Amino acid sequence: MSETPSYLGVPITRPKVAFFDFTACEGCQLQILNNEATLVDFLSLIEVVAFREAMTESSDDYDIALVEGSVTRADEVERLKTIRKNAKVLVALGSCACFGGVNQLKNRFDDQEWVKKEVYGDHPIETQRAQPLHEIVDVDMKIYGCPIKKEEVEKIVTNLVLGKSVKHPKYPVCMECKANDNICLYDLGEACLGPVTRAGCDAWCPGSRFGCWGCRGPADEANMDEMVNIMKERGFSYETMLDRLECFGGFAEFTSKLKDQMEQDKENG
Amino acid sequence: MIFKILAKQEMPKLFQVMSANRIIGPVEKGADRNGKTIYAFEPVSQFEKLRLDYTTTSRPAKSYFLPSKETLCTFKVTPQGWDKYVDFNIHEPHIFFGLHACDINALNKLDKVLMNTKYPTPYYTAKRKNMFIVGIECMPQPFCFCKSMGTDTADNGFDMFLTDLGDKYMVEIESARAYNFLENVETSDPTEKEHEEYIACIAEKNRNFCIDVDTTDLTKILDMEFHSDVWKQWGDKCLSCGTCASVCPSCYCYGVEETVNLDLQSAVKTKQLYSCNLLDFAEVAGGHNFRPESGTRLKYRYYHKHRGFVEEFEESLCVGCGRCDESCLADIRVPEVIKSVRTGKREKTESGES
Ligand code: SF4
Ligand code: SF4
Ligand code: SF4
Ligand code: SF4
Ligand code: SF4
Repeated sequence: MSETPSYLGVPITRPKVAFFDFTACEGCQLQILNNEATLVDFLSLIEVVAFREAMTESSDDYDIALVEGSVTRADEVERLKTIRKNAKVLVALGSCACFGGVNQLKNRFDDQEWVKKEVYGDHPIETQRAQPLHEIVDVDMKIYGCPIKKEEVEKIVTNLVLGKSVKHPKYPVCMECKANDNICLYDLGEACLGPVTRAGCDAWCPGSRFGCWGCRGPADEANMDEMVNIMKERGFSYETMLDRLECFGGFAEFTSKLKDQMEQDKENG
Repeated sequence: MIFKILAKQEMPKLFQVMSANRIIGPVEKGADRNGKTIYAFEPVSQFEKLRLDYTTTSRPAKSYFLPSKETLCTFKVTPQGWDKYVDFNIHEPHIFFGLHACDINALNKLDKVLMNTKYPTPYYTAKRKNMFIVGIECMPQPFCFCKSMGTDTADNGFDMFLTDLGDKYMVEIESARAYNFLENVETSDPTEKEHEEYIACIAEKNRNFCIDVDTTDLTKILDMEFHSDVWKQWGDKCLSCGTCASVCPSCYCYGVEETVNLDLQSAVKTKQLYSCNLLDFAEVAGGHNFRPESGTRLKYRYYHKHRGFVEEFEESLCVGCGRCDESCLADIRVPEVIKSVRTGKREKTESGES
C-alpha cells in the first residue's frame, strides 16, 4: 500500500488486521470506513487482509482480528473458534460482540420457536440464543459502543501498533455529559442510564437530549442499587428500567436480580 | 473603594461600551420539568439576552478559565527532531457580566492554588489576567449556604459589583478599568437614602438563607471522625459519577494524557478535569488504587474541601453555591454530610430515599 511507517525514526511493523462480522448490522465496520479524512492514515498503519465490507480477497494470515456481531448460529461458533486460533489478538468490536447487543433481546423470550416464527415467518432459519464472543472464546480486548466510535478505534489501533496500553474510561457517562454542559435528562423528567454506563461516547445521546440506553455496558464502578432508587423515586417503573437495562445486554448480570426485586415488590403490593 | 449610583436605563449603554470585548453572562438555557428556568453562562452579544436577575446556573463559569478539556500543547516530528507548540488558549479578554459573590470567591480560591503560588499554571493565569468581572448581588436559593462558608460577599477579585436598588444599581468600583468604563455612562454619588436602601437590600438577602451549616471546629471533627460509619453509608449511595466536581466552581483536579496521532508524526497533550469521586482518581502507575471504595473517595472529597484547604489557607474550598447538592442524583448534599459527621448518623433527606 504505502511505504513502511515509522515512529520517532524507528520503522514500525504494520500488523495484519482482519475484520469479521457475525450477527450484527455491520454498522460498526461502516463507522471505520466512514471518516474519509483519516482513512488513509489509518490504512497505512495496518495491513488489512480481510474486510468483507471493503474488499473482495481475504486471507487467514492475520495478527489482529476485529470481530463484530454476536453469535447466534452453530456454524458461527465454529467460525469464531477458527478465528481465535488464527489471531494473536482478538478484539470484540461493538456492543453485539461485547454483550450480545440488540440481538440478545430475543433471549428474553422463553419460547424461541415463537420468536423464529415472528421474525422469519414460514422460512425459518437455524438460530440459537444470541451470545457475546467471550462466552465462546477468550476475548483480549473489547471496544464498546453501538455503534463504536471511530476515533476510539483509531486511538486503540495506534496504541496497539506502538505497543502502548489501551485504556477505557472507568467512569460513567455523566462525567462527559457534564463536561459538555448538557441539561440533565432527569431535570427534564426523562430517564437516563448515564450514571452507571461506561463513558467513552462523549455523552452522545444526552447531547441530543436523549437518555442513555447503556450501549457501552456498566462502568467499572456502577452503583446499580442507587440507579434503581433514583429511577423509582422519579416515578419510572421496573418495566421502563428493564427495557433500558436489557437493550444491549451489558447489564445482564444485574437485570436478573432486578427482575426478582420486581416480583418481590409486586407481591408485597 | 468607590460607590456610585447607576440608573438601570444606562445599562444597555454600559454593555455597548464593554461589548468591544467578549462578554459572558447568565442567559436562559431552557426549562426543567416543572417549568423552572435553567440558566447558563454563555457569550452574550445583546444586552436584552442577559438575565441579571438569574437565580443560579447549573454549571459554573469554570469552562471559560478551567475548561473540561484543554489542549496543552502539540508536537510534530521534523527532519531535525521535533517541534513543540504551546498555546494558553486565550485569544481575547473576557468580560464576565453578572457573577454572584460565591463564584467570585471561588475564583479567588482557585487563584491561591493555580496562580499565586510558586508554580503558577500559565493556562489558568493567562485567562485570569485577561478577565474583567462585573459582580451582581443575589437572593439565596433553596440550596445556597454561602453565608455559612463566609462567601456571601466578595471583598475582592472583581472589577465592579452591582446591587439592585429597584430602578438603579449601587455600583462598587474596585478597579481603574471599571472606573474608565463607567465614565462612558451617567452615574451619581450615592445619597444617605441610597446607603440605607443598600443596607436594607443586604439585610433582606440575609433573611432569605434557609440552610445553615455549622462549621465550628470542622477540621478537628473531621479528623476525629476519620473512621466514622457515615462515610461508608454515603459511599453506598454515591454513583462515583463526578458530577459534584464537574459543577463545582472551585474544583480544579485534572489528568493529563498524551496521544500520538494516526500519522505517527504528531502528538497532542490534553488536560481533562477529573473528580476525586471517580474510581481511578487515586490509581497509580502499576495499577494500585489507594481509594478503591466509593466511601473513601467521598470522604477525601470532604477532607480536601473542608479540612486540607482550611489548614493551608484558613478558609474552606467550598463556597456553598449548592450546585453539587442540586445536581447530585443520589441526593448527597454537603450540609447533610457535614451534619452526619457531627452527629455520627446519616439522616433521611427530604426526598425520602431509602
Ligand atoms: S443526562 Fe444522563 S448522563 Fe447526563 S448528567 Fe443526567 S444522568 Fe448523567
Ligand atoms: S449515551 Fe449511552 S446509549 Fe448513547 S452512545 Fe453513549 S453509552 Fe451508548
Ligand atoms: S456525591 Fe453525588 S454527584 Fe458526587 S460522585 Fe457521588 S453521586 Fe455523583
Ligand atoms: S462543593 Fe458544592 S456547594 Fe461547595 S462550592 Fe463546590 S459545588 Fe458549590
Ligand atoms: S480533590 Fe476532589 S474536591 Fe478537591 S479539588 Fe479535586 S475534585 Fe475537587
